[in-house]
Amino acid sequence: MTLPEIIQFVIDLLAVLLLALGIKGLSKVKSARDANRLAAFAMSLSVVGLLSYYLGTSGIAIQSWIWIIIGSIIGSLFGAILAKKVPMTSMPETVALFNGCGGMSSLLVALGVAIFPISSSSLINQVSISVSIFVGAITFTGSIVAMAKLQGWLSTPGWTQSKVRHFVNIVFAVASLIAFFDLINGNTSSIWLLVIVSSLLGIGVTLPIGGADMPVVISLLNSYSGIAAAAAGFVVNSQLLIIAGAMVGAAGLILTQVMCKGMNRSLVSVLFGGSLSAQSTASSGSGEYTNITSCSVEECALTLEAANKVIIVPGYGLAVAQAQHTLREVTKKLEQNGIEVVYAIHPVAGRMPGHMNVLLAEADVPYEQLKEMDVVNPDFPATDVVLVLGANDVVNPQAKNDSSSPLYGMPVLDVQEARTVFVIKRGMSAGYSGIKNDLFDLPNTSMVFGDAKKVLNDLIGELKDLGVGEK
Amino acid sequence: MSFINLLWVLLLGSLLGLELIGKVPPTLHTPLMSGANAISGITMLAALTCIVKAEGNLPLLIIGSVSLGFALFNVVGGFFVTDRMLAMFSRKPSNKK
Repeated sequence: MTLPEIIQFVIDLLAVLLLALGIKGLSKVKSARDANRLAAFAMSLSVVGLLSYYLGTSGIAIQSWIWIIIGSIIGSLFGAILAKKVPMTSMPETVALFNGCGGMSSLLVALGVAIFPISSSSLINQVSISVSIFVGAITFTGSIVAMAKLQGWLSTPGWTQSKVRHFVNIVFAVASLIAFFDLINGNTSSIWLLVIVSSLLGIGVTLPIGGADMPVVISLLNSYSGIAAAAAGFVVNSQLLIIAGAMVGAAGLILTQVMCKGMNRSLVSVLFGGSLSAQSTASSGSGEYTNITSCSVEECALTLEAANKVIIVPGYGLAVAQAQHTLREVTKKLEQNGIEVVYAIHPVAGRMPGHMNVLLAEADVPYEQLKEMDVVNPDFPATDVVLVLGANDVVNPQAKNDSSSPLYGMPVLDVQEARTVFVIKRGMSAGYSGIKNDLFDLPNTSMVFGDAKKVLNDLIGELKDLGVGEK
Repeated sequence: MSFINLLWVLLLGSLLGLELIGKVPPTLHTPLMSGANAISGITMLAALTCIVKAEGNLPLLIIGSVSLGFALFNVVGGFFVTDRMLAMFSRKPSNKK
């Protein structure tokens, strides 16, 4: 080994170690922030290692430096600006966008090396280029579709809910397989066919998936981008790239599995089942509400004032209305009046697991008040008032009582056990699953119709009039 | 490195990844996903290699540079956004009354 090789080897070794520690640390609340910085440091270290190796051996041409600097500055600048500016509520689509760009990067490297070989091309080289293009393209288009759907730019087209989509996707998959082997056989022109059909496959697979399952898909695509990186590692013969890519790929797979469990969905049904609403309309799901009680904000405030213990169930609707800060105002007032306030966090509350925790943390809700489902469920019978804010499926008793319901078996919050339940909702529309919520029909449930933020603002006013929270 | 050795690296790296994440509290799913996502931008090394080895081949330089841009967008943005999320968790103790 020459000196530059030794230096790069040591740096790479260190970088891998730090990356592994970083991923490990990210799975614990206490160490997460430091772990993230550690991983970022490890990544910059790996760049230093690579550049020092080339400086010590072949040298780096001025022209190369120019293009390196241009690419780095533009990429980092846009990344940093977006990361600083994007609101916390759009986190899922932001992660999807970043992820897609990672996939695009692997795709471009493989494409570049395929058209302008930098080393003697071998069979292994061809295979890794093909894999890199295939996975990279799927990651890119899949992530972009996921982002567009989460942003509401794309809806689920009707035909994608029929069986036709399986046929279409199989055609894409077979076509990419043909292109794949053609490419390995040395027919370089089929590279474009591979790019196009694998891009289409990414779209075709992601498009039918419903909004509620999107987080799982993003996590899976994240795992793919790791695989794409590992494949790119084979293309440029870099161990570090392979290790890091493989780690992300495997860790992403585990995370996907964990998320699926939290939502009581299997990965197979997420990927091939289409959106949940499409299945459920045919079954028991759609029924008429018969016993809706609607009430005014004033009544809600009066009940809250008389309560000893209040549990808040925040959901997606709260995130959409950006009402987490207003909610915090309300709970502050209640706390000042000596009322015990707890937030019940369903594992998939918000738009992504853990998303609600982030949003509430942003609104300065103390960490101790956030209770996870298993901890808070036994507390409901002793609770006076439950405020359901923009949550729907996660409080549907059908999941426990009705074995014919598509939701059956999903872990839910037992809010109906509480003395009074207020559901703040825009209207009677169904949740993600498109299923009727039996909770709304129960005698101890009252609906407060309106935009979450507006209702909460009115609530603050009413509470003020009642003298709540003023010592 | 021979191909076989690289395959070993792939296998061991995957096993490591499987082991690293055992129990993750739901709170951390989003940050973990976004952090791992930033790490997958490690393809920036492949892009750099491309640029360095291009030897004046302008199209390859450009492809490499664009690829590097995409990768760094992923890396820099990913780490920043993860940090922003995690900062909110660590701020909590000071808010206790």
